[in-house]
Amino acid sequence: MAEPGKPLGLRLKSALTDSLLAGVVAFALFSLVLGLRTVDGVTGLTLQPRPDLLAIAVGIVFVGRFLLNLFVWQTEYPLTTPFAKLFTRDAFDKRDITVLSTTAALGVAGLVISAIFNVPALGLIAWAALLFVGLGLLRRLIVHVFPDLPYAQIFIVGGILFAIFFPLTSYALDRAFNLGLPLRYWFDLSILVLTYVMLGWGLNIVVGLAGLLDLGYVAFYAVGAYTFALLATHFGLGFWICLPIAGLAAALWGVILGFPVLRLRGDYLAIVTLAFGEIIRIVLLNWTEVTNGPNGISGIPKPTFFGLPFSPFAEGTTFASFFGLKYDALHGIMFLYYLILVLAFLTNFVTLRMRRLPIGRAWEAMREDEIACRSLGINTTVTKLTAFATGALFGGLAGCFFATRQGFISPESFSFIESAIILSIVVLGGMGSQLGVAIAAVVMVGGFEALRHTDGLQSIFGAGFDPALYRMLLFGIAMVGIMIWRPRGLIASRSPTISLNDANAVSGDLVRQGRR
Amino acid sequence: MAYFLQQLVNGLALGSIYGLIAIGYTMVYGIIGMINFAHGDVFMVGAFIALIAFLALMAIGVTMIPLALLIVLILAMVLTAVWGWTVERVAYRPLRDSFRLAPLITAIGMSIVLQNFIQVAQGARVKPLQPVVTGGYELFTEGNFTVIVSNIQILIVVTTLALMTIFWLIINRTALGRAQRACEQDRLMASLSGVNVDRTISITFVIGAALAAVAGLLYLLYYGVIDFFIGFIVGIKAFTAAVFGGIGSIPGAMLGGLVIGLIETFWSAYFTIEYKDVAAFSMLAIVLIFFPTGLLGRPEIEKV
Repeated sequence: MAEPGKPLGLRLKSALTDSLLAGVVAFALFSLVLGLRTVDGVTGLTLQPRPDLLAIAVGIVFVGRFLLNLFVWQTEYPLTTPFAKLFTRDAFDKRDITVLSTTAALGVAGLVISAIFNVPALGLIAWAALLFVGLGLLRRLIVHVFPDLPYAQIFIVGGILFAIFFPLTSYALDRAFNLGLPLRYWFDLSILVLTYVMLGWGLNIVVGLAGLLDLGYVAFYAVGAYTFALLATHFGLGFWICLPIAGLAAALWGVILGFPVLRLRGDYLAIVTLAFGEIIRIVLLNWTEVTNGPNGISGIPKPTFFGLPFSPFAEGTTFASFFGLKYDALHGIMFLYYLILVLAFLTNFVTLRMRRLPIGRAWEAMREDEIACRSLGINTTVTKLTAFATGALFGGLAGCFFATRQGFISPESFSFIESAIILSIVVLGGMGSQLGVAIAAVVMVGGFEALRHTDGLQSIFGAGFDPALYRMLLFGIAMVGIMIWRPRGLIASRSPTISLNDANAVSGDLVRQGRR
Repeated sequence: MAYFLQQLVNGLALGSIYGLIAIGYTMVYGIIGMINFAHGDVFMVGAFIALIAFLALMAIGVTMIPLALLIVLILAMVLTAVWGWTVERVAYRPLRDSFRLAPLITAIGMSIVLQNFIQVAQGARVKPLQPVVTGGYELFTEGNFTVIVSNIQILIVVTTLALMTIFWLIINRTALGRAQRACEQDRLMASLSGVNVDRTISITFVIGAALAAVAGLLYLLYYGVIDFFIGFIVGIKAFTAAVFGGIGSIPGAMLGGLVIGLIETFWSAYFTIEYKDVAAFSMLAIVLIFFPTGLLGRPEIEKV
C-alpha cells in the first residue's frame, strides 16, 4: 500500500498493480466455476462457455479494486468520509460539501437521463443515491436542531408504537377508503420478521448474555413445532394448551442437550450444538411412524380468540359473528400478528428482567470470564443450564407459533441454515443488544424479502433474473461484510446492567467477551 | 467375514477422503485456533473445479485418462488453493485480533457464500459423472459374496498416503514447516523472531485447500455424483475426524479420518443407513465431551 499523500503518478501505478493482481486472482477463482457451466446433455454433462459472465465478474473486481485504491485506500482524503460523516456529528468541511452536492447533482442527472431515455436501472441507482444522501442530511438537520433529544429512547418507543398500531391502522385505512393495499402480504411479512425477532431475542439469551455460541438453536424451534403439531393432530389439543407444553418440552430438551456440553468451551460447544441440531432434524426426517418423515405434518389447527375460531363457516360462534363483523380472512392473520408480537415482547421483557436477577448477572459474568466466575463461587453448571433452558423455552414457543401459522411443518424448515440465520441476526445486531437484534431481524429478513419484489432489478440483470436465487448468497456476503466492517454488530454499545452512579453506555470493544 | 472385509476396504477408502479434508481443519485450528467452518465448502468447490476441468479436457480431446486425471489434479489443487487463500484474506485476516467467535461467524458466512455461489453459477441439480476409473481386483469369494478392491479405492488410498507423506515431510523438515510450528506455539514470538506470520498462515490455508481439492477429486471419482451441498456434511465429518485424532496433529487427522470412515461404513452396513449421519454426529459429540484432546493431541491448558 502506498502512503497517503504520494504523487498521483505513484498512486496510479501502485493502484494499477494492486488491482491487476486482484483481477488475476479473480480470473483464477471464476475461470472454471463461473466461465463454464455444466448442463445436462444427452450423453451426460456437457459444458457451456460463458465468457461474457466471466469477463464481467473479473472486470467488476478489477475496476472496483482500482477505484477503491485510488479514491479510498491510498489517499489522505477518502471519498467515503462525507458519507460516513452523515452518521456522526462531525462538522462538514468544504470538500465534504463538494462531494455531497456532486453526488446529489449526479443523482438528479441520473434520474433525468433515465426518464428521458427509459433506463430503469440507472433510475434505481440514482434513487438509491439520492435517498441515502437525503436521509443522511435529514438526520444531520434534526440532530443539529435538537441536539439533546434522547434519540435512542424515541426510536425504541416509536418502533414499539409502530409495531402495535401498524396492522390496525393500515387495515382501518384500507377498508375505510378502499385503497386495495397488499395487506395480506404486508402482514405475512411482518409476522415472518417478528418470528425472527423473537427467535433472535431467544437466542440472544444464550449467545448474547451467557456467551455460549449455540449453532443448533433451530432444534428447539423444531421441538416446539413438533410438540404442538403432534399433540394437536393426535390428541386434538388446542393451541393455547399446547403453547406452554411446547415451551416446556423445548426447555427440557435444552437441559438434556445442555448437560453433556457444559464442559466444552467456545467453538467446541458451537460444533456440538450444531451436531445436536442436525441429529434432531435427521431423527424427525427418518422416524416416519411418529413424525411422518419428509412429508411432514399437516392440518395443524389455528389459534382461537378466547375460544372463538377465525372461520368462515358458521358452526357455533366465530370471531366475526361474536363481534358482529363480516368475516374477513385478514382478522385471523392480524390476530397471528398480535400473537407473535406479544410473544416477542414477552421474550424481551423476560430477558430484561432476568438481567436484574442474580441468575442474569451470573450469565453476564460467565460471558466475561468463566474461570473468574467459578473462582467467585458461581455454579457455572446451573448458570449454563438455565441459560440453555431459557433460550430453548422461547425457541419452543416460537416453534409452536410457527406450526400454527403455517398449518404444516416438515423437517425441511429446521435445517442448519435457519440456525445460521438466527445466529447471524444476533451477531449482526450486536450481541446482547435487544434493539440491535430487532433491527437486524428487520433488515436481514424483511430487507431481503423486499428485494424479491423490487422492480427494476430485472432490467439490470435481464428478464429471467430471480432475486430469490441470490437471497442466500447476498445473506452470506452481508454476514461476512458486516462482521468485518463492524465486528461488534450494528449496535455496538450496551448499557451496563449494574453500575455505581450513571449507567453510561460503553463501547462493545470494552467488554472482554471471549477475547483471548 | 467376507462382508466384514469388504466393509473394511470401503471404510478405509472413505476414511482417506475424510482424512485429507481433516488435515485442512487441523492445521488451521493448530495455527490460528479457529474452526474454519468454510473448509467443507472449499472441498465442495474443489470437487466442482475437478468436475469442470475433467469435462473441459474431454471436450478438447484429452482422452487419455491417466494424463487427464493428472492435469485435473494439478488444476484443481491450484485453483482451489486460490479459493482457500481468498477466503482467508477476505474473511479471516481482518478479524484475526478480534474476539474469538468473530472469525467463526464469518466462516459460517463464507460457507453460505460458497454454497450459494456454486448453486447460482452451476445450478442446484446433482452433477453426475460417468465412471472414470473402473475395474478392480477380486480378493476372494466366501459363499456367494466376493470381496472386491476396486481400482478407484486403491487410487484413493495410494494418493492419500503419498500426499500425507509429502506433507508430513514439509511440516517436519522444511523452513516453512518450522515457521508453521512456531506460529502454532506463539504467534507474537514467532513474528519477533523474523517469521512472516501472515504469509505462514496464508500458506497453511493454501495447503489445506489444495488437499481438500484432492479429496474433492477423489470423492467425485468414487461416488460419481456431486452437488453444491456435499461440503456441509462431509465437512462436519472431517472436522470430527480432526478432533478425534487430536486437533493440531496431522497424523492424528489421518487416523481420525480412517476411524470416522470405518464407523460410518460399518454403521451403514450393520445398522441403518438412514442414521449414518447421526452416528457421525453422535461420535463428534461423544469425542468432544469425553476426549477433547483426541487420540494424538495435546491437552489445552487455559491460562487466566
